[in-house]
Amino acid sequence: MHEFVSFTLSGVTQGMIYSALAMSLVLIWRGTRIVNFAQGAMGMITTYVAITVVDRGDSYWWALVIAILAGVIIGGLVELVLVRPVESKPPLNAVIVTLGLLILLEAIAGMVWGGRYRSFPPAFSVQGVFVGSSRINLSPFDIFTICAVLAVMVGLLVLFRWTSIGLRMRAAAFEPEVARLLGVRVGRMLTLGWALAAGAGSLAGLLVAPNVFLYPSNMDAVLVYGFTAAILGGLDSPVGALIGGLGIGLALSYIGGYEGASLETIGALVILIALLMVRPEGLFTRVAPRRV
Amino acid sequence: MTRMPGPLRFAAVRHGLVVIVLAAAVAGYTQIAGSFADFQLAQIAIYVMAIAGLTVLTGLNGQVSLGHGALMAIGGYSAALVMQHDPNGHLPLAVVLVIATAATAVAGGIIGVAAARLRGPYLAGATLALAVGIPQLAVARQFAHTLGGEQGLTVRSPQAPSFLGSSFSLEHWLSWICAAGALVVLFLLSNLVTSRYGRTFRAVRDDEIAAALAGIHVARTQVLAFVVSAASAGLGGALLGVVTSLVAPAGFTLVLSIALLTGIVLGGLGSIVGAVWGSILVVYVPQWSTDLAHSLSFSTVMGSYFAVAFYGLVLIVVMLVFPSGLQGGIVRLWGMAASRVRRG
Repeated sequence: MHEFVSFTLSGVTQGMIYSALAMSLVLIWRGTRIVNFAQGAMGMITTYVAITVVDRGDSYWWALVIAILAGVIIGGLVELVLVRPVESKPPLNAVIVTLGLLILLEAIAGMVWGGRYRSFPPAFSVQGVFVGSSRINLSPFDIFTICAVLAVMVGLLVLFRWTSIGLRMRAAAFEPEVARLLGVRVGRMLTLGWALAAGAGSLAGLLVAPNVFLYPSNMDAVLVYGFTAAILGGLDSPVGALIGGLGIGLALSYIGGYEGASLETIGALVILIALLMVRPEGLFTRVAPRRV
Repeated sequence: MTRMPGPLRFAAVRHGLVVIVLAAAVAGYTQIAGSFADFQLAQIAIYVMAIAGLTVLTGLNGQVSLGHGALMAIGGYSAALVMQHDPNGHLPLAVVLVIATAATAVAGGIIGVAAARLRGPYLAGATLALAVGIPQLAVARQFAHTLGGEQGLTVRSPQAPSFLGSSFSLEHWLSWICAAGALVVLFLLSNLVTSRYGRTFRAVRDDEIAAALAGIHVARTQVLAFVVSAASAGLGGALLGVVTSLVAPAGFTLVLSIALLTGIVLGGLGSIVGAVWGSILVVYVPQWSTDLAHSLSFSTVMGSYFAVAFYGLVLIVVMLVFPSGLQGGIVRLWGMAASRVRRG
């Protein structure tokens, strides 16, 4: 029983991180109908930026801010330079371009920072907090992780629901032609969407790094988890991304806890395939017929 | 096109002749080249199998797979496991290879059934999960005993037959085996491509609904393409194990899957001849980048990152500016030159 509670708590924490990554995949999918396979690698690069700042002796918070800003800039640039030309092409082209970016970023990280595993400092202690007299598997850093992801989600919700720019972004994503006629700068909105998504992805990279160490391919498996979470949530729904992330986090935490950590990627693969077979549209979206 | 005379009418005969010429060229080349060239030839042949298989799947049938490295792993591990159950080496290598190929084809069939329901980015994501997940199986404690964990399994090397003489080296023999495998795969795949099946593959790629209306069973065609493609990759994986005498998770990373994708993109997504070009580049680029790293007095590790960066750049640049790939580019240049000559 104690074990179960402990796996559940770590599942929730990990799930929030997968939610953040799923969220950035969903944002990009909604805007440009592209799955950004480079999202994990972009988060990895910004985590290296953060560790460089920390190594210079600056504080974690400063590193966090710089890393997220770097993510936002990289995201915007990637949309402008790489994605814009393939947006109107067959989907395979965009898949290959983002995959090329994934591997290119991993190679750059290896060249600049080396391939060795590095530990990444967490913002707070990773020792579990005491509830009564027993220590539970929920550390101050875990609580920070959960709060940070929730804050980002709420921020994005407010942005999309209650601000004019959010409304324009939604219009650009759903009806680009009509939005353009109404004076929305659609291209600029899409760039902004990628930038925001990449910011959320950087946060995911920073939060997962103390757990999985930092090395050039450290986000490969995390990207698969985030993608599975996004699919679980329907790839189109931000709320779905949150719930999907939590679901995947819990499932993988139980698999990892009871069966061994190396089965987690296989577990994600099995969940992903089963999900795509049974309900490819995800659990949280209505079915849209395939258009001829 | 003008009609070819006599037996050359048949595509299979033409393909057979090309294969015989290539076989003679390979045999001649290994006579004059050293043992390192043998190893490179074997590598190229292995990549030819996997990349030609992936070309059929992605280029001709329109199903993207980022997980062909995982299929190579299945082929390699199958061969290693068969050899472990045959410690005295009674089974000829050909039988081991056929079993490994068949095992990968079965795996490909299972994946193909799932893949036939998926499109575009969904399929890409699922096969990406395959590439990241499958090699982890070997490390999982439930399977580490059978699959050898991180250390992997050793694969026995075959003996060169005695009639070739005692000076005939093992590297030589291995490169011949791999080249023979690659030529068989190329022959079979090019016949498949020009056959009725090849046409249905392309029809499904171009328009599923039109293909279905024309009486093509879309899902069955997609599964068939996956089986054929997986079998080619499986044979390549098994031979990779034989040549390096080891199968380990570190040999089948995501980078391998992406290298294969780079090969088909370089080759122009859909041309079997392009797949050969792509394979040659995918083998030589890491070599060149290691040399480049040395000449810039960087470490060998840096060289391997150069190679990976090259794959990434190729995927991006080719997709942005040169979507028909190297083979498409050559065909286009050839067409331009030919029309210039004709105009005089």
